[in-house]
Amino acid sequence: MRINPRHTQKGAVIILGGATILVLLILAFIIIFILEKGLPVVNLQFLSSKPRDLGRAGGIFPTIIGTIILPVVALLIATPLGVFTSVYLSEYTKETTLTKVIRFGTDCLAGIPSIIFGLFGYIFFVITLQMGWSILAGSLTLAVMVLPTIIRTSEEAIRAVPKVYREVSFSLGASGWQTVKKVILPNALPGIVTGVMLSIGRSIGETAAVIFTAGSSLRIPTTAFDSVRTMAVHFYILAREGISQENAYGTAATLIIAVLIINLTAYWLMNRFIARRG
Amino acid sequence: MANTMAEIKNKMRVEGLDLYYGKFHALTSVSMPVQENKITALIGPSGCGKSTLLRCLNRMNDLIPGTKVTGQVMLDDQDIYGQAMEVTDLRKRVGMVFQRPNPFPLSIYENVVYGLKVAGFRNRKMMDEVAERSLKGAWMWDYVKDKLDQSALELPLDQQQRLCIARLLAIEPEVILMDEPCSALDPIATMKVEELMLELAKNYTIVIVTHNMQQASRVSDYTGYMLLGKMIEFNDTRVIFTKPKEKLTEEYISGKYG
Ligand SMILES: Nc1ncnc2c1ncn2[C@@H]1O[C@H](COP(=O)(O)OP(=O)(O)O)[C@@H](O)[C@H]1O
Ligand SMILES: [Mg+2]
Repeated sequence: MRINPRHTQKGAVIILGGATILVLLILAFIIIFILEKGLPVVNLQFLSSKPRDLGRAGGIFPTIIGTIILPVVALLIATPLGVFTSVYLSEYTKETTLTKVIRFGTDCLAGIPSIIFGLFGYIFFVITLQMGWSILAGSLTLAVMVLPTIIRTSEEAIRAVPKVYREVSFSLGASGWQTVKKVILPNALPGIVTGVMLSIGRSIGETAAVIFTAGSSLRIPTTAFDSVRTMAVHFYILAREGISQENAYGTAATLIIAVLIINLTAYWLMNRFIARRG
Repeated sequence: MANTMAEIKNKMRVEGLDLYYGKFHALTSVSMPVQENKITALIGPSGCGKSTLLRCLNRMNDLIPGTKVTGQVMLDDQDIYGQAMEVTDLRKRVGMVFQRPNPFPLSIYENVVYGLKVAGFRNRKMMDEVAERSLKGAWMWDYVKDKLDQSALELPLDQQQRLCIARLLAIEPEVILMDEPCSALDPIATMKVEELMLELAKNYTIVIVTHNMQQASRVSDYTGYMLLGKMIEFNDTRVIFTKPKEKLTEEYISGKYG
């Protein structure tokens, strides 16, 4: 039996459109739910003061520091490493079994649950390398965790740069590295930035990989060997231990707004960049 | 022909060149002279190896994995496939204009000075001068002088192709290779580029690939006819188009081929 294409078309529109609307509704519901419960406690005082009584009272200032510093250090380590690796894989090696194995490996790593990275970081950085629970150990763990994402997104972006640009650059007497620097990386930049933004998002929201490696100290860190607590970990602890529901939602609301601001800024930067290059 | 050719200097010389793409034998024992300050055209049906031969002249085929080249390509008195030849230097001396206009997604100015920048020049005044001279050389200075900071991709196609020529002139090559440079252009723009080529030939040695026989007969001094990776006949353009020696050449230029 054959169904009239006009009906299937109609059905498709309804199903696809319905799915989209459902997803948007769920997203909106989550955000509104958290903001509604959290925003009442968020004010300047909450953002700028230290927590008291394990976070039952006071603000979340040290966790803001932790949330900023861990991803920043992690990305400072992972971005150059990941981008250079992807350049090497896509520009300096021929397609061999080895590169295929490397690519397969990175894909597998990208899919591993973050708690595994947390345990690895704990055993390797915290214990074996004796870094203790620290910014350093936490950032390195996050770096290892986001590296596959950065490598793969950068590689895709680099491969998408038209081949002819490489040829033209070489034909004008440029070396391989000059071509990478002046033509390939600038043209791949939007894609690379997308990977970095994804990674920042993942790092900011991460708890499992961080709690085992950066610890959960509520003090303001002064060196790279101090333990810190991120907002995500703070939220987790406040909610899990039943310390303070209000402050937990306050922290979550702050986190959501921060992520929104970061993403909007990234979009804005990217559009400006693309507009400038034409 | 031997007499006239002996008087003029050979800028480049291809000698017994064989090229394999993996197992595919794309050029078979090709020889050809490239006269200084003349236009040499390569004609022949699609897939006969014209682009391949052209790309051997500045070793662009090196970029294709699995390519094997034997034989000699001389530039002045040096074998460009020899040990002593630095390939980036070679490409500054033997530059290339591609089939499709392909400016970088940068400003017009940045496109023109790209070759200078990768060669290590930083002096802004000198680069401004070179940019102006090159754009004038490609007959587009008046058109772009007020919008050098605009993206090159906003130019119409024929201006883009001229920008690619200007970008090449900026590095002052000795030989210019052109692979069907007009195939993306309309007839009027094509005519303009042909005139430009005749002008450039006063100072540069030019090798052009074209599938357009009229174009070859209009602009070139010498013509090589290729078929299935072989150089069937190389001669004075007039000879090729009026009384070719080879039967295959005659069939092709009289449109009997295929
Ligand atoms: N990168 C490549 N790998 C394998 N074969 C190629 C490659 N480039 C060209 N060829 C083959 O070599 C032959 C000559 O190609 P080409 O020089 O582009 O011809 P033309 O420019 O005369 O049309 C064709 O049969 C083409 O399929
Ligand atoms: Mg061709």
